[in-house]
Amino acid sequence: MTPVVQVVAATKAFGANAVLAGIDLAVAEHEAVVLIGASGSGKSTLLRCIDLLEEIDDGDILLDGEVISDPAVNVDAVRRRIGMVFQQFNLFPHLDVLTNITLAPTRVHGTPRAAAEARARELLARFGLAGREREYPDRLSGGQQQRVAIIRALATDPRVLLLDEVTSALDPELVGEVLDLIGELKGDGMTMVIATHEMAFAREVADEICFLHQGAIIESGQPSTLLDDPKAEETRRFLQRIHSKR
Amino acid sequence: MGAAPDRQEVRRQARRSRARRDRATASAATLIVVAALVLAVVLAPGWPSVRQSFLSWDDLRRAFPDILTGFWLDVRMFLATEPIVLVLGLTIALVRVTRAPVLFPVRAAAIAFTDVFRGVPTILVIFGVGFGVPALGFSWLTNDEVILGCTALTLSYSAYVAEVFRAGIVSVHPSQRAGARALGLTAGQTTRFVVLPQAIRRVVPPLLNDFISLQKDVALVSILGPVEAYRQAQIYGSEYFNYTPLLGAAALYLCVTIPLTRITDRLQDRQLARRSTGGAA
Ligand SMILES: Nc1ncnc2c1ncn2[C@@H]1O[C@H](COP(=O)(O)OP(=O)(O)O)[C@@H](O)[C@H]1O
Ligand SMILES: [Mg+2]
Repeated sequence: MTPVVQVVAATKAFGANAVLAGIDLAVAEHEAVVLIGASGSGKSTLLRCIDLLEEIDDGDILLDGEVISDPAVNVDAVRRRIGMVFQQFNLFPHLDVLTNITLAPTRVHGTPRAAAEARARELLARFGLAGREREYPDRLSGGQQQRVAIIRALATDPRVLLLDEVTSALDPELVGEVLDLIGELKGDGMTMVIATHEMAFAREVADEICFLHQGAIIESGQPSTLLDDPKAEETRRFLQRIHSKR
Repeated sequence: MGAAPDRQEVRRQARRSRARRDRATASAATLIVVAALVLAVVLAPGWPSVRQSFLSWDDLRRAFPDILTGFWLDVRMFLATEPIVLVLGLTIALVRVTRAPVLFPVRAAAIAFTDVFRGVPTILVIFGVGFGVPALGFSWLTNDEVILGCTALTLSYSAYVAEVFRAGIVSVHPSQRAGARALGLTAGQTTRFVVLPQAIRRVVPPLLNDFISLQKDVALVSILGPVEAYRQAQIYGSEYFNYTPLLGAAALYLCVTIPLTRITDRLQDRQLARRSTGGAA
């Protein structure tokens, strides 16, 4: 079966700084691939390249078998098929929760307002945010804001959801509610690429974990294999540092 | 817990009496300063002559109706100019922030426009347009001094207002744009639905400041001939050898500019408060 997302020998440099050094990655439908690695290892850049927010220098990125990294591709049309959630939520502060969620469906996908709102309310209710429709983002806790941001990305029915350290900006007691939501999406069969530092969560949700080091995936495998019995020295050192911080 | 209401009541009273004391101190200080200023003026050696030339009630009463008519012209010039300034300023700002290569010539023109008209004194722009345009001799161009004057003001103020809008647009954090683009919004939709609404909210106070300036600068159009409030007051002043009519004109400008100033300050305070509570992300 064609992978939903495929990255083939992708490279990317910012000036002299080679940030992605030949990445190969395939994400099958309904799979969750988790990216781990030290800060600066290129996780965000990889996700941004998949969403075409950055251009790769060389290699290919495919969505459902179609090359999307070609300069001739309409990037707006591609992004409509991909959902992305950021560390800092990036909610629109001047729009209330409901309008944040319905903006893309109504303006980009041409969904009638009533249908878009009904869908948004349904998602809000499912993820414990019923009654918050008319609140503004700054009235919500960080965990609530991030849940709204994920719902906003879901509301356009993306083929794949890219999550970039979505709990890193949260107070520790709010992390759980966001991870629970992502766990539910996994249960729904959502295809996801997730960058995170939450190892317990990675173990739970991932079909495959990729360890990034200086812009290259130097080791990947099933959670139990990679986390409990890492082969590469760098992976071992990274995991030790993470565990000693807890 | 049971004794708490008592303590709270005592605290509330203490707070209230402190507020009363603060108000009394402020009022007393103001009174003393004002009294000192008035005394200084009244006791000045030139006071009797100043009083005669600046505070002649009779001269003011005779001149005032015409000054008021002139002021109505000021207000109309302001009302006609300001909306065009807003539209033109916003357009120039948008042109300057777009990166489309096709728009390069337009962008260069926009930069030249803002550089020139912000750099030249408004009064020179009014001279240039007011006397230069009719000198071209095109029969289809207007010779109406009011229209020419307002055109000059529009050029000058659009340059300022464009920079205000541009500052607002670039102050919206790039992550907002990324959030919108990630949702599939086009560059244009991102600007329209995400960036501009936030930018405009932020620049309302500085825009109102420019409104206030414009409401005063319409008087400059009088150098082309139209008799508005300032010019009318000046005419009466030289007729009566008395400055009181000018004071009357000044009072009229203040009637408009002070409320505008108060609104601006109020909005600015509110935004600062909002930002310090983390509201405007
Ligand atoms: N827009 C950019 N311009 C220049 N360098 C960048 C930019 N974005 C990221 N980088 C650099 O790329 C490297 C990888 O960053 P990033 O992808 O954010 O890593 P991670 O998400 O794993 O922490 C870092 O060295 C960072 O400084
Ligand atoms: Mg990152």
